[in-house]
Amino acid sequence: MRLLRNPSLVAGFVMVGGVVALAAMGPLLAPHSPSAIIDAPYMPTGPRTLLGSDNLGRDVLSRFLWGGANLVWMAFGATFIALTLGAAVGISAAYFKGWTDEVLMRVVDLKMAFPSLVFVLLFVTMLGTSLPLLVLLCGLSLMPGAARVLRGAALAVVDKDFVQWARSVELPAHRILFREILPNITSPLLVETGLRLMWSISLLAGLSYLGYGIQPPTSDWGLMIYENRNALRVQPLAVVCPILAIAVFAIGGNLIAEGFARAFRQTR
Amino acid sequence: MLKVENLSVVLADGTPIVRDIEITIAAGQTIGLVGESGSGKSTIARALLGQTGAGVRIASGRVSVDGRELLSLSPADLRNACGRIIAYVPQDSGAALNPALTVGRQIIERLLIGPDRLDRAEAFRRVAEVLTTLGLPSDKQFLARRPGELSGGQLQRIGLAIAVVARPKVLILDEPTTALDTSTRGEVITMVRQLTQSMGAASLYVSHDLGLISAVADAVTVLYAGEIVETASAQRLFAQPAHPYTRALLEAVPQVRQKLPIKGIPGQVPDLDARLQGCSFADRCSAVQPKCRESKPALAQQATGRVRCFFPSAAPIRRPGDLGPETVGDHGIVYRVDDLAAGYPTAPRLLDGISLALRRGKCTALVGESGSGKSTLSRCLIGLQPITEGRMGFADAAQGAGLRDSRRMQYIFQDPSGSLNPRRKVGDSISLAARHFFPGEDPRPRVEAALARVDLSPAILGRFPSQLSGGQKQRVAIARALVAKPEVLLCDEITSALDVSVQASVLQTLKRLMDDGLSLLFVTHDLGVVRTIADEIIVLKQGRIVEQGPADQVFATPEHPYTRMLLDNVLELPAGVPA
Repeated sequence: MRLLRNPSLVAGFVMVGGVVALAAMGPLLAPHSPSAIIDAPYMPTGPRTLLGSDNLGRDVLSRFLWGGANLVWMAFGATFIALTLGAAVGISAAYFKGWTDEVLMRVVDLKMAFPSLVFVLLFVTMLGTSLPLLVLLCGLSLMPGAARVLRGAALAVVDKDFVQWARSVELPAHRILFREILPNITSPLLVETGLRLMWSISLLAGLSYLGYGIQPPTSDWGLMIYENRNALRVQPLAVVCPILAIAVFAIGGNLIAEGFARAFRQTR
Repeated sequence: MLKVENLSVVLADGTPIVRDIEITIAAGQTIGLVGESGSGKSTIARALLGQTGAGVRIASGRVSVDGRELLSLSPADLRNACGRIIAYVPQDSGAALNPALTVGRQIIERLLIGPDRLDRAEAFRRVAEVLTTLGLPSDKQFLARRPGELSGGQLQRIGLAIAVVARPKVLILDEPTTALDTSTRGEVITMVRQLTQSMGAASLYVSHDLGLISAVADAVTVLYAGEIVETASAQRLFAQPAHPYTRALLEAVPQVRQKLPIKGIPGQVPDLDARLQGCSFADRCSAVQPKCRESKPALAQQATGRVRCFFPSAAPIRRPGDLGPETVGDHGIVYRVDDLAAGYPTAPRLLDGISLALRRGKCTALVGESGSGKSTLSRCLIGLQPITEGRMGFADAAQGAGLRDSRRMQYIFQDPSGSLNPRRKVGDSISLAARHFFPGEDPRPRVEAALARVDLSPAILGRFPSQLSGGQKQRVAIARALVAKPEVLLCDEITSALDVSVQASVLQTLKRLMDDGLSLLFVTHDLGVVRTIADEIIVLKQGRIVEQGPADQVFATPEHPYTRMLLDNVLELPAGVPA
């Protein structure tokens, strides 16, 4: 409960939790269908449209409430993939050392040389757009950073005597990796969770904005920004609302990372 | 002259860590401050410099040098006093030195700052003088070296040089030789004595090593649970200790000159808040009386010195005669190593031509200084280090290179804090081993049996390693090894991180396990421990065996010069009166 007294961590959880709640509950609260044309395009706030209408005359509020569902779950999915793979690669590299370390980390370096967006676009243009594929690609593209950090953390653990003991009694390697070493690097793992959440929502929203993510007429925050960017002066709410939601989520992720980092520094 | 009066150091909430410390050291005199871990000896050493750890403060007391009070000085004046009036030599000078600066610069620094700084030429002359006294070169090339280019013994002497270069009136030595090999240790001690006498400094030598203190100190102050329990001249204290704790501590120290029964001190040091009422030692004292629990004895003047005890002893310490070798039972060969080598033939080998045999219920000690290859050998035996030549294995199994049985031979590590997973309850650590070696069986009876064999209560199973004392953690590590039902225990310096009283009780446990038929390979540099527990000795030097034989024979008539050198460097407690 010491964690509850950590302001960064509490603020981060409130922000991320708030956006998650919005994305989950939004569709239930939306007054209209996200694809129904309610009004003339780019109308300001009116009696039927609380936040006005968008480029095709659809209700901005309804599209906003629907637009987070896919994005937020995809962000969590990509983060999960990035951390699972990153932990497996990082801990294995640190534990096995030698050529395993070299091969794994050079592959990771190679991946790091490609900007995430370019990497994902390369495969999306080749394989087409589908949501599971996007989650997988985003997870893969965010894995190297996590792998590097977790390898560094694991290096400090692999030479400890309790790992040597496990080796000396010939405990299976997967048990040593995930039962002996992993519980001792939870601090950097939690910090990375916050950071990867932030990166993955930025990347996914960016892909939608570029038209490679969720396809119209489905509503999506990244897509909303793209569709309404021309009328920023006439109908700013259609752009500002999704930007705010993404920003709050990303900043929340960052605060969680910082809060965990600070909490673990104090305990040391 | 250093005078410490009424010094108390407390936690933020006022709980005392050390209380009512009184120490007087005359110029040219050395006082030994001894105590086990947690007794507060390092806290006192640092408090004399006005320093404390985080969350700790000096509640009261005076520290004066030649009548000048130090603790009431302003931070700037105190900083200036450090090194010039009072100086400190840390336990590990290698870690205390800045690796990026040359040693010359770090030694001379003190002389070039402050109100009474010297000019450069004079300062260099002084540095050269100090280095020569310490037996180090003082030429430009040496002064231009960085800490990473020097050996441990040289670094410790540099630490000493930094402390004494400004000719302080008081020298505080906090375990300055603990990290050194015995041969280097002797040289450093001789130098400390020479320096303090030639400078006329009052020195306080902090150590847990009673043999060492008996060699360096004129008088000894014994600490227990944050209080002074006894102060006496070294001669009196070691021959005729008055406090029951001092007596028990001296009896727990293993001797090299004779094989003694092992005597530990039962129980543990009381927690900080349990020390306030009655005598702190009452719970572990063999001569405790109801009065001891009701009120706290004062540090009273006795014939021999000052003692904090209602019923001080006046008898000299008695030592029983040598136990001699034991030859009962079946002692067939259990494990054999033939002509083992490690490392590549082109380079100097890590190990070469190692042959040994372990006998059932017997303890073989592997002795040598750091770098002799004793840890490499034990790592080879458990498969953490590949071997390049030779055979090893259990006598009843088909022998082959690298063939081993990870169940029948168990390894116990030096540092009990590192060998248990800090994120796992100790009960889970032990049952993990039980499930690993005996899959599909209920681990609980095995865990309980192992726990009973190492004298631990099942109550500790639910705790994490950080909630246990060092001795308890080492027992947990032994219990984890025992659930595998091993025939050989490989003990790598397993008592060197423990206090002597705890060491004795762990040795007792090991002795009992040997009586049950377990074979021990005991790696250590402590010849007293070897004398106490070993039946056979193997002396290792630079990866080769230089001497090998029954313990009594090696101790009585060592043949190799290296073995004789090791034995000559042992600092023994003065012999007691034969019982």
